Amino acid sequence: MFIVGELINGMYKEVGKAISGKNKKVIQDLAKRQFQAGACALDLNCGPASKDPVSDMIWLIESVQEVCSAILCLDSTKPNVIEEGLKIAKSKTMINSTQADKEKMDILIPMAKKYNSLLIAITMDKRGVPQNKDQRIELAANIISACEEHKFFTENLFLDPVVLPVNVAQNQGVEILQAIREFELLCCPKPKTIVGLSNVSQGTKNRSLINRTFLVMAVANGLEGAILDPLDKELMDALISSELILNKHIYCDSFLDAYRKK
Amino acid sequence: MPIELYKEKWSDVINVVTIGTEDTKVNIGGQTTLPFLFQEGDIPNRPVVAMEIWDIVPADWPDSLVEAFKDCWKDPIAWAKICQDKYKADLICLKLQGAHPDTGNKTPDELAKIAKSISDNIKIPLIILGSGDDLKDNEVLPIVAEALKGKNCLFGDAVQENYKTLAASCLADGHSIIAESPIDINIAKQLNILITDMGFPANKIIINPTVGALGYGLEYTYSIMERARLAALMGDKMMAMPFICFVGQEAWRAKEAKATLVEFPQWGDEKERGPLWESMTATAFLQSGADILVMRHPKAVNKVRKIIDELMKH
Repeated sequence: MFIVGELINGMYKEVGKAISGKNKKVIQDLAKRQFQAGACALDLNCGPASKDPVSDMIWLIESVQEVCSAILCLDSTKPNVIEEGLKIAKSKTMINSTQADKEKMDILIPMAKKYNSLLIAITMDKRGVPQNKDQRIELAANIISACEEHKFFTENLFLDPVVLPVNVAQNQGVEILQAIREFELLCCPKPKTIVGLSNVSQGTKNRSLINRTFLVMAVANGLEGAILDPLDKELMDALISSELILNKHIYCDSFLDAYRKK
Repeated sequence: MPIELYKEKWSDVINVVTIGTEDTKVNIGGQTTLPFLFQEGDIPNRPVVAMEIWDIVPADWPDSLVEAFKDCWKDPIAWAKICQDKYKADLICLKLQGAHPDTGNKTPDELAKIAKSISDNIKIPLIILGSGDDLKDNEVLPIVAEALKGKNCLFGDAVQENYKTLAASCLADGHSIIAESPIDINIAKQLNILITDMGFPANKIIINPTVGALGYGLEYTYSIMERARLAALMGDKMMAMPFICFVGQEAWRAKEAKATLVEFPQWGDEKERGPLWESMTATAFLQSGADILVMRHPKAVNKVRKIIDELMKH
């Protein structure tokens, strides 16, 4: 599973404070802990309060790559913030994200290609959030043909079916799971899939349980990546166990430890 | 139009394990692909052959083996030197059978002295095996390990129910360890975790998957080795250890290897048939990823070395 650690986000109070006060230690500590807990990549988001997102993003990148070699997942709605980050990143990068609108893809797909970056593409466009599986697949197909137009390899593409909170859009769960399953039929080599996991439990009272239950179900439907909190041990245990059941790791009595020794 | 073959890309690498000192060392492992698929990755180290010797004269080895070693095997140093000089073994595998309460019950100090003098008299690395009696081996192997401190030998075998004593002394005296599992991939992985949990470096562990001879369940081990190797190349660090296969001891237990011409005239001369049985067993395990083959008969060793030479050409 391609795990993107979600904790370096200015939306969180502590992180927002660390960004505005340029407190490197807080960020580096979060980076190291997430990486050690199994994150392959670390999401970096300056948060809505950032007054100078370009310089904050650069500062985040520099702080993180000083202490760990994780892939840097540059998370911003502003392409220039992402591009300035890509220019100075020494580690491998991932762009989070483009939507399925042509004007957005025409900027971000060539950018991902130019900087040899991975790319998350959300199956959503200016019409808003898709309401069912078919809309998601239509948007995914548009994304894939845009990648082909720009000669961007789909091995480097992660499709995000847009996870919605279960207390707001309960009927979407099944649609999302089916979309994950069907995305892989769209092209060869098949595109990878990723979800922003915590969304599913937004505003609910039992977030951790809902997150891990949804994650296991999504993994069973072929999910290959997730943006999540790798410090949630029960969540990670459930993920490791689900991959074990799917025969992705060789069983041994200490299979949780074995996975963590990877 | 020429057909372009699909090439598999692997993300990970088998650990490189070094046995021996700077002057004598043998490196094994380091592959980034399945056996002999040079188009798909690197195979920096060739599989090696260790020849098995004992500290006592083996009582039950078949005639073909008696014939090969009877002039030297009363003196394990002479036996080791012949394997090194005449038969070009890459390593010597010394089985301390004399430690066993039923076959000599030698003291730890006696055995340490033998092991040390063999090590001092050869220019190739040593593998040291216990007698198979856990209690006695736990007394003997730590003393032998201490006597060979700095020689960077390979000691065996650690098993799931008895690994701590051997692992602790190998760790203390800087040796590598053989982790044995009974044709069981889950136990193989578990044992590697248990041993590394003691602070043992993963790149000093060799997996003994337990082999069967040709005709005696060879294919079970073959598929376990393949599966472990695939997992390792895909990133499972607890499976990324090289393999040691005790081919000689298994092949020479097979009736087809040791039965005499008089018993089975239609099977042909056992002097040819036995070594052939051993070399065919070894050759199969080369294809499933064996890194060290522990063998007995000089003719079989010679044949397998030629096969390795051929397979390594690319």
